[in-house]
This record gives sequence, C-alpha cells and structure tokens, in this order.
Amino acid sequence: MTLKRAAAITGIAEMAPRASAEGLSTLGIWADVSRGAILDAGLEPSDIDGLLVAPPIVDMVAMWPSHLGEYLDIHPRYANIVDLGGASAAGMAWRAASAIQSGLCRAVLCVSGEASDVDTFYAPRAKRPTQQLPLREFEAPYGPMGANSGYAQIAMRHMHEFGTTGRQLAKVAVDQRTNAGANPDALYRDPLTVDEVLSSPLIVDPLHLYEIVRPCTGGAAFVVVSADLAPSSAQTPAWLLGAGEATRGVMLAQVESVTTSPVAQSAPLAFEMAGVTPVDIDLVSVYDCYTITVVVTLEDAGFCEKGGGGPFVEEHDLTYRGDLPLNTHGGQLSFGQPGLAGGTSHVTEAVRQIQGRAGERQVADCELAFVNGNGGIMSEQASLVLGV
Amino acid sequence: MSDQPRKPLPRPSPLSQPFWDGLAAGELRLQRCAACDAYVFYPRPHCPHCLSEALKWTRVSGRGRVYTYTVVRRAMHPAFRPDVPYVFAIVELEEGPRVATNVIGCSPEDVRVEMPVKALYDRTAAGIALLKFEPA
Ligand SMILES: [Zn+2]
Repeated sequence: MTLKRAAAITGIAEMAPRASAEGLSTLGIWADVSRGAILDAGLEPSDIDGLLVAPPIVDMVAMWPSHLGEYLDIHPRYANIVDLGGASAAGMAWRAASAIQSGLCRAVLCVSGEASDVDTFYAPRAKRPTQQLPLREFEAPYGPMGANSGYAQIAMRHMHEFGTTGRQLAKVAVDQRTNAGANPDALYRDPLTVDEVLSSPLIVDPLHLYEIVRPCTGGAAFVVVSADLAPSSAQTPAWLLGAGEATRGVMLAQVESVTTSPVAQSAPLAFEMAGVTPVDIDLVSVYDCYTITVVVTLEDAGFCEKGGGGPFVEEHDLTYRGDLPLNTHGGQLSFGQPGLAGGTSHVTEAVRQIQGRAGERQVADCELAFVNGNGGIMSEQASLVLGV
Repeated sequence: MSDQPRKPLPRPSPLSQPFWDGLAAGELRLQRCAACDAYVFYPRPHCPHCLSEALKWTRVSGRGRVYTYTVVRRAMHPAFRPDVPYVFAIVELEEGPRVATNVIGCSPEDVRVEMPVKALYDRTAAGIALLKFEPA
C-alpha cells in the first residue's frame, strides 16, 4: 500500500504572523486562510468534500470541524480533528491523501492557526476543571516550563552524549534568520549572529531566548486534491510522494532515549515510499520550535549520523542560497509560531518552493522537499516527501 | 489570600496512593511485576510489559543518577517564580525507572548529567511529600 502520487497539495494560504491577537478570532483566521487556499487551488467552496482541522492550543472547544464547516457553509463528507501538536499539518496532509485514495473524497481542506499571543499562551489555566493525567500528577509538581524545559533536557543530554556545543545549536537560528530576511511575512527579520544568540538571556539551560519559538497569532491552510483533479489545478501540484508517522508518550521521563526521536521511524517510512534518500532532497522544511529540534530531526531523518547533527549544521550553509536550504521561510524561530499553524508553515513553504513561488528566497530547481512535523516534546512525528 | 498562585500538587488516586503514602513515610516505593520482575513507574493497573495485573509495591533504594536536567530561569507557572533558578531534572533510579524531579541541596551550577543523587522527601504545606533528589 502506498500513497505515492495519490494526491497533491495545490492551493495554500498563510497569514503573516502577528505578535498580538487584538481584534482577531481563531474562527475568523481559519475562514480567511480557507478562502485563500480554495481560491489558490482554483476551486469552488462546493468542491471541498473533506475538512481536517488542527485545533487551537489555548482554548479547547468540541467539534471544531463543524464550527468551521458552518462558517464556510461547506458540507464535507469527511471531517475530523487532527491533534498531533506541531505534527498536525503533516499529519493532515497524508490523512487527506489517504481519504482521497480510499474514495471518501476528492478535495480536502486542511486548516490551522489561532488568535493567540505570548500573554494568553503563558496565562495560567488553573481555574478549569482538569482531567487526572500522569503528567499532572508526576511532572507538573516539579515546575516544568511547558515544552521549553523538555527541549532543554534533550539539548543537555545531547551535549553530554555527543559533545554538541551551544555555538552549533545557535547556527541553526542564525541561518534561519538570514532566510527570514528574505521573507516579508516573518516576525523577526534583522540579521542575527551566533554571539548574539549566545548572549541572549538563558531561559532554560542550555537554551537561550533566541533558540526558543515565540507564540503569536496567525493561520495557514492548504488543499489536498486527488490525482485526477490535480492536473487541472491553477498551481503546479506538489505531489505527496512519501509519508510516515510515529509517536511516543508525552512525558520525557518515560521515553527510552531523549536524544533519539520517533523521526527515526517516520522519516525512513516517508523516504522509502517516495523511493528517495536524504541526499536527493533539495529543500529541508522541518519543525524548529527550538534549535535542538532541528539537530535531532536531521540526525534521525538520516541527513547525518546520530550525534553528528552539531558539526553537520555548522559545516553546511542552511540558507536559501546554501548547499542545504533549510526552513527557507525563516523557520518558526524567526517566522513565529501561530499555534499549530507553526507546523503548517513547513508544509506551505515546501509547496511554495516546489511551485516556484518563493520570491527572493526561491531555491533553484527545487523539485524534492522533506517536511517534518513535530508535536509535544518530540513525541509526535509526521514526515512527508513532497515533489513535482 | 485565595488569589495567591499555588503550586500544582499531585491528586493521588486509589491506584497511586501507596506511592504518595510511601514518600510521606520517608520511603520510595515502586510497583514491581510479580510475573516478569519489571519495575513499573508511574503507577499503573497492570504491567505494560507483560499485561500481568500482579503488581506489588516494593521499597527501592532511592539512589540514582541525573539522566538529564535543565535550570529553569523563568518560571511558566507563577507559583514557581520565587524559586528561580531551580533544577528541573530527570533522574534514573538504580532500579531502572526514570522520574521527573528537582535536584536541590546544591547550586544549580553544580548539577551535572550522570551525577549520583539520592532521594529526599520534601513535605509540602498541604501534607503531600514530593520526591526530590540531592547530591549523593
Ligand atoms: Zn510484567
């Protein structure tokens, strides 16, 4: 069973991230990017017969797909929530392809984003009744700093096992910032140096402020269509060539090794389905909530050997002009993280590059992209290979 | 003052009560599977390795090593703000399981990965004792 060329992403839309949620609603943002993606794909609302939604992370509401379907006045016969944290977008892409391949639908709208900002993101949520979860009983009493402290623990252990340095991690943020300089939509565009990263405040050792993603407002949507619809699309189809997914538990104390992620399972599945290997890839578009996330992902996806990610990012030019273009939109570290639409930004950028619509930051001859979505503390992983 | 932020405390369940009772009594107790000998943490109704329900509470050494850690310099939860900087760590117990915890009793700057540590039982005002560690 394969999903190779069963479906393609044809239309995308993305809101430029904003620091403030003032005057915006999540549903309003979703409607806006949905409209944009449907128009971009050259479709009518009535063509959309599938709807997948990545939920907002700061406000739990039941039955989101129906709220959005009503708002858009569309009537999908396949509707669902995909809750894989930051891996939701990549997870929606292959689920859409799978639903299309099984004949359930022909055009699936995939939506993400939220009206959020640093204040609402970090606001205490203690007043709500809470489910009894092991995470709440055995971790929360010790004061984790959300995901920040978990990724810091991964980085600390990575440094111990492999000798990875702060300068190597910082290089990821620096090259991505160069990319953001060529993306007018990015929140942070001023050039950045390794020394500036390392002299920004330590938040959770060994991670500094500029190695940590910023929650913000924004949204993104894309349309996945069947192989028979794709050729008549308004845009060059970005074909789904390979997909793989793998998950583990939510609590870092419960995982076998914090320095190896489920990307070690999800990426080989995607590459195998596509019939390509990392050396064939023209664009790497991988989740970067923190600098360490990129290093671990590159290792586990097979771009370098395990533990070699630090020297690897130091030796390669990760900018859009470089020998290994990575997160050419700036990555979430510079673009911003509008909830789960942060993960979608890696999908939309890969599609944009494959379609030759990336403007100043266009990678020459970009025919094959590796996309990785990452949720939780590297607990959910969804890998895609997209191409012409 | 009811508006003062309070630290999240464990809400023991009938399943986990023996663990918290152990800490209050100054001992670290883990479940151990009578069928396959695996230690099980956190508490579960059955052994995730072999599905046996024959789990017995066993006192363990309280010795371990720092598997990894971070120093939290800005707290997310307001109740932890007075504590920064503090060490949020994962300790690997001699018996195998790993636990999320704090390493106290030394400067955060002195904590190292693989540093030997021993358990201590930090009684909160609410009467619940938390499992923390100090340099061994
Ligand atoms: Zn067992």
